[in-house]
Amino acid sequence: MITREPIFLPPPRGRFEAAGRKCLADLRETGVCTKYLASALWALRLLPASRRMRKESVAQMFVAGIKSLPVITFVAIFTGMILALQLGLELQRYSQELYIGSAVMVSLLREMGPFMTGLILAACVGSSMAAQIGTMSVNDEIAALEIMSIDPVRFLMAPRLAAMIVITPVMSFYTCMMGVLGGGVVGMTQLNINWNQYVQNALEFADLRDLYVGLFKALLFGMIIATTACYEGFSTRNGAVGVGQATRRSVISAFLLILVVGYFVTRLFYNG
Amino acid sequence: MIRFEHVTKRFGAKTVLDDVSYEVRKGEVFFIVGPSGTGKSVSLKHMVRLLQPDEGRVVVAGEDISHAPDSALERMRERFGYLFQGGALLAWLSVADNVALPLREKTKMSEEEIHDKVMRTLALVELENDADKMPSEISGGMQKRAGLARAIVRDPEIVLYDEPTSGLDPVMSRHIDRLIADLNNKLGVTSIVVTHDLNSALSIGHRIAMLKGGHIVELSTPEAFRASTNPDVREFMDAQFKIQS
Repeated sequence: MITREPIFLPPPRGRFEAAGRKCLADLRETGVCTKYLASALWALRLLPASRRMRKESVAQMFVAGIKSLPVITFVAIFTGMILALQLGLELQRYSQELYIGSAVMVSLLREMGPFMTGLILAACVGSSMAAQIGTMSVNDEIAALEIMSIDPVRFLMAPRLAAMIVITPVMSFYTCMMGVLGGGVVGMTQLNINWNQYVQNALEFADLRDLYVGLFKALLFGMIIATTACYEGFSTRNGAVGVGQATRRSVISAFLLILVVGYFVTRLFYNG
Repeated sequence: MIRFEHVTKRFGAKTVLDDVSYEVRKGEVFFIVGPSGTGKSVSLKHMVRLLQPDEGRVVVAGEDISHAPDSALERMRERFGYLFQGGALLAWLSVADNVALPLREKTKMSEEEIHDKVMRTLALVELENDADKMPSEISGGMQKRAGLARAIVRDPEIVLYDEPTSGLDPVMSRHIDRLIADLNNKLGVTSIVVTHDLNSALSIGHRIAMLKGGHIVELSTPEAFRASTNPDVREFMDAQFKIQS
């Protein structure tokens, strides 16, 4: 059941009770959120057979991918330019500025690409998902689906999750390429590096493992964005104010989880 | 058909339903009336377990819906159609697609059959010419009628109406009354209607329950309700009919 009643408890008798209650509530909500994710992943088995789910997933991919493209392009190019400029100026002191291609490529593939993409999609797409589902919750649309015996997780969350699982790695790869392009422009115009040398150096040091790990991270970030957005949307109460709060919470939760999960994936794959 | 057994519901310190017991019979048009904030919609939500009682239980066709496992709940809810106060239409689907939604998701009907069924149902609520409009393009009353079409499109055994005539003009209100009565007469649908509109309750209701202060203060036929000497009923009737006169 998605539609849940508010829990009313008597006022806590002290700070310890209040803290204990908060911990228990957070654990309970983490469990609920994980249950939604598991249900949505399980519902994805229906994707090949369900025309509606496929259509909805493609529509969500369009929103997450095409509509976010301008901002992602802008951020990626400037991230690459900043990286190249900062590294290039330092490396220039040791006459090693030729290596900015590899430095930009590796840092973007391993960390910056998926991380920047995750943050942008959490802010642009996750917030809009949370607001849309939150509005549906306060307008009784989620309750109406449940009474029609239509599972809101299957109907709403699964297509969004599918879209984010596909589109986040794609956009992450695109961010990397745009970042490398931005770095190249700085290399050519400010560090006097030949474009061919820059590209050759970037490709020479690019490891396939860096690419795979980066894409894997992006996939996890996509799941995080869709799950936090849908969970916060489903949990929305109290009208327009509640929708605003749910949107804010979904973005903050996604940001924090992206940082934490990003660290642990890096540790898993690059730990000696 | 639906039995409330000593149901108590609290929201924090406020007791909304206090040891309420009553039964809605199969094939009956049952009205729940009363002042705002007395638990009418809360009662309706207990019938489909959008809310669970703190004490007591709600039994639907012999099964305890209040404590049923999720798998049984889905099956039990298929008996119901539910008209929400605001219609609760999905904003990104047209009126026809909203009405078709339960058929597409829960039946194996072909698109042609679904289209026929949807248009026939929309004709019942006089919305057949607005089938392709989006919910944002129609008035609140039309949204409510579209919500009603969606609630009855799968021919449910029980239909719950939350304020079906609020926001509608008097002509359309009486049309909705006739539709509720027709569903009951022709198809034997059990209808539970939450309303402030005593005209509807007195003209098509088989029985009327009045809720006040978390209790049922009157449960009787329309004739007995009209003649009731209960001060709460008199006050409610006088207030409504004075305003109308």
